[in-house]
Amino acid sequence: MLEEKLLEEDYLEIAGKVFRSRLIIGSGKFKSFQENKEVLEASGAEMITVAVRRVNITDRSKENLLDYIDPTKYQILPNTAGCYTAEEAIKTAMLAREATGIEWVKLEVIGDQKTLLPDMEETLKAAKFLVKEGFVVLPYIFDDPIYAKKFEDAGCVAVMPLAAPIGSGLGMQNPYNLIFIKEAVSVPVIVDAGIGSAADIPPVMELGVDAILTNTALAEAKDPVKMAIAMKYAVIAGRLSYLAGRMPKRTYAVPSSPLKGLPYKT
Amino acid sequence: MKLLVNGKELNVKEDITLEELLSHMDIPLRPVGLAVAVNEEVVPKSKYGVFRLKEGDKVEIVNIVGGG
Repeated sequence: MLEEKLLEEDYLEIAGKVFRSRLIIGSGKFKSFQENKEVLEASGAEMITVAVRRVNITDRSKENLLDYIDPTKYQILPNTAGCYTAEEAIKTAMLAREATGIEWVKLEVIGDQKTLLPDMEETLKAAKFLVKEGFVVLPYIFDDPIYAKKFEDAGCVAVMPLAAPIGSGLGMQNPYNLIFIKEAVSVPVIVDAGIGSAADIPPVMELGVDAILTNTALAEAKDPVKMAIAMKYAVIAGRLSYLAGRMPKRTYAVPSSPLKGLPYKT
Repeated sequence: MKLLVNGKELNVKEDITLEELLSHMDIPLRPVGLAVAVNEEVVPKSKYGVFRLKEGDKVEIVNIVGGG
């Protein structure tokens, strides 16, 4: 089938690894590990982020997220969420690598508690260090094309600009910056943060960005599994629409039926 | 002797190994999903049996949880 052929040929490659799905999901805030697993399967995503936290000494569940998500089947992407300095992020990445055996890291260095916007200076500092340590670094960044290029030059395998603040669900706020980032770097551009629902995804993908990462929009949906399915198709719709190429926008109407040969016209 | 484990003081026997500490705290030694750092240095799992802790050591024991 043409549809399958198109999707087969149009894969995403990050650090030499091939992904058939352009949707990446998070694992935070789900009601249970089981729900998270069902959402992951329904979404068709092949990559999922996880976090590193202290073992709860007083109330310890024997269950672990990785009992539900098979690391041999899915690309696990540990994050450094909650870190406010390069040093904290580096130490967290080291723990994540030991805990998972995976060298990939979604590097996140936050600059402000209220907006959760990234501290780009600290993020870049951490990125440079972690790349030297052999990590495969995917940094969460502001939608700044100048900085995006700096991260690529530092050896990051992708850049992950925001569409809107983390957990805001506001949808894409600045399409032009995402276009500029896509032009500025040759590594994959993964839009991370700000997606509110499946409907927010196609306009982002249509710009030509390579993938979408979303978490809260799934976890806070009334039916996360249904939203996962909707997002799976939203990513495909946006991607194919980008590849197909949109028509130009015009101020005035242009008829789509022929003007010649109208009946009853003299 | 006293250790600082995940930010809390903990009294343990002298010369306790990391493996003994985890067992004392009833933390399962899972091959995937667990990591330990002592004084901000990650200790590889293969060393837990021989790594002996000292008075005042700062121990971080982490696992993998959901996150975006």
